[in-house]
Amino acid sequence: MEKENNLDENEILLEVKNLKTSFFTYEGEVKALEDVSFVVNKGETLGLVGETGSGKSVTALSIMKLIPDPPGKILSGEINFNGENLIKKTEKEMQDIRGNQISMIFQDPMNSLNPVFDVGTQIKQVIKKHQRKSSRMAKKIALEMFKKVGLPDPEHIMGKYPHELSGGMQQRVMIATALSCHPQLLIADEPTTALDVTIQAQILKLIKNLRDEMSSSMLLITHDLGVVARVCDRVAVMYAGNIVEYAPVKKLFKNPSHPYTEGLLKAIPRRESRGEKLKIIKGKVPNLITPPSGCRFHPRCEYKMDVCSSTIPPRKYIDENHYVKCHLQF
Amino acid sequence: MKVFLLKRLFYTVLMLIGISIITFTLSHVVPGDPVLTMLGGRGTDEQIEKMREDLGLNKPIHEQYFIYMKGLINFDLGESIRTKRDVTADLKNFFPATFELSTFAIILSIILGIPLGILSAVKKDSWLDQGARIFSLLGVSMPVFWLGLLLMALFYNHLHFLPSSGRIAMFIMPPRDITGLYLVDSLITGNFDAFWSSLQHIILPAFCLGYLSTAQIARMMRSSMLEVMNQDYIRSSYSFGLSEKLIIFKLAFKNAFIPTLTIIGLSYGSLLSGAVLTETIFSWPGIGRYVVESMLFLDFPAVMGVTLLIALVYSLANLFVDLLYGFFDPRIKYDEIN
Repeated sequence: MEKENNLDENEILLEVKNLKTSFFTYEGEVKALEDVSFVVNKGETLGLVGETGSGKSVTALSIMKLIPDPPGKILSGEINFNGENLIKKTEKEMQDIRGNQISMIFQDPMNSLNPVFDVGTQIKQVIKKHQRKSSRMAKKIALEMFKKVGLPDPEHIMGKYPHELSGGMQQRVMIATALSCHPQLLIADEPTTALDVTIQAQILKLIKNLRDEMSSSMLLITHDLGVVARVCDRVAVMYAGNIVEYAPVKKLFKNPSHPYTEGLLKAIPRRESRGEKLKIIKGKVPNLITPPSGCRFHPRCEYKMDVCSSTIPPRKYIDENHYVKCHLQF
Repeated sequence: MKVFLLKRLFYTVLMLIGISIITFTLSHVVPGDPVLTMLGGRGTDEQIEKMREDLGLNKPIHEQYFIYMKGLINFDLGESIRTKRDVTADLKNFFPATFELSTFAIILSIILGIPLGILSAVKKDSWLDQGARIFSLLGVSMPVFWLGLLLMALFYNHLHFLPSSGRIAMFIMPPRDITGLYLVDSLITGNFDAFWSSLQHIILPAFCLGYLSTAQIARMMRSSMLEVMNQDYIRSSYSFGLSEKLIIFKLAFKNAFIPTLTIIGLSYGSLLSGAVLTETIFSWPGIGRYVVESMLFLDFPAVMGVTLLIALVYSLANLFVDLLYGFFDPRIKYDEIN
């Protein structure tokens, strides 16, 4: 059996199976997730890439069961975490899992911290909730976490309000809070998008180091394939509510099997193609109230065939770690 | 903070001067002659002239104004033409009743309005929310005099549950005058009979007076709560597994309360001046009834005195609200305003 990057099939942490999530709006049903399946093994990092509106964040929020209801609803599928289906869990049970076993960092640190409480209070209340510690112990843990994420003078920062910190520091506080209870899975939803470029690299490195130190798994949502190459073990490429290709990172870069993945890789600016026009994928992300029939990518696909507009392509396993949803593979 | 306070107090004084000029001018250009009203239209020309001189009404208006302001510095608001007493003494007599009524009313509206607003935001579109919205809509659209009569008909006439008029039962001695507020004074002196009786008396008029502001507070609280619940930081609180109770009543509430605070400050001002109708219906011996009677009598010193006092209390209440902002919102720093 071929094994790459220590992908051990026996140690599945999170298994998402045929997840389907919709939003019921006045204009109609937005079919945000059509059929999403993937696996995150223990200690592994999965990158979730795709354009804006492809359903990356909806996937993350579905796993946390934080889809705003109404209008959103998880219609079917399974989310098995440590073998237990989260969809069947009550809100109360989810509260013990969120922030404790699964944590999430969001895109915009500026708005992710409550503006009227100091950051010390905010991290302490999470520690108190999950670890049932006294205020003094919670403070000690909070200080340790602040030190770990590289905040200078943690004692001083504890009393600061979010608006008194820079974007990078705010994100460090978020990371410290998210990791304060040593979650088994960290979901990072474009954690560096709102930061400036120099800070981006630092934060990414920090997340990577902490993940290794705590040996947690990670679901990293990004639209930056460069980040995927540096941090992830596997990639899931999303398009219009589907995972169109799912593969170990090296395989995906070497041998993209879906036309959309191919297009994304071609669109990366390279040193060799200096001066040339950047390659793009023509067209735009479809409206998900009335998505294209068959394969949702077919209106933009260079290799379109007749079958593409009539039949939804099933998953085709190229090998056990790599699948594609494309009629070209049959 | 100190700089801010001093500055604000200075502005308050400026504002009061402005208000005094406006009311003074207005009261002297309106048609109608207080002297004629006083003499009932039967005085001779000499009597009229003599009375004008006594009251200083024959002098040019700016001179009259300066005389008035000179008195004001010594807290002398002149003599009421109608009651023939010092206006200051009259205010001291009537104002505590109004102050007690409107303060009680605002506290009542806060206690009712805030939970109502939060609940209807959290249970958006449920029957509870619909009920609260109907309650609020009635509050902002129902005329006070009608509401007052309805309340009286129900609680006094049919249920014999609450008294309909006055501040305290006829057969109970009012508490010793310390602050002038019956509820406070009776508590201080340990006179529980008086406390109970004044509490019974204040509930109906306070509810009648405060219904509008209850409704406004509930509506504001609902909409700002809905807005805050949609913020990213509330989503991240959920993502950390914090309980819904903590998120709603602490984390979201502190954010959503800030705009509501503004409404409370403004409401308090309108309660003070809006007490006129309520006081008339419930025979509440407050400043509202005093000022209505004074106006009908063209009693300018009394009207001026009441106007200035209400303006003063109103601006102090809003200063207090502004200071509270600093407590609820750490992004507001008063010393940086310089």
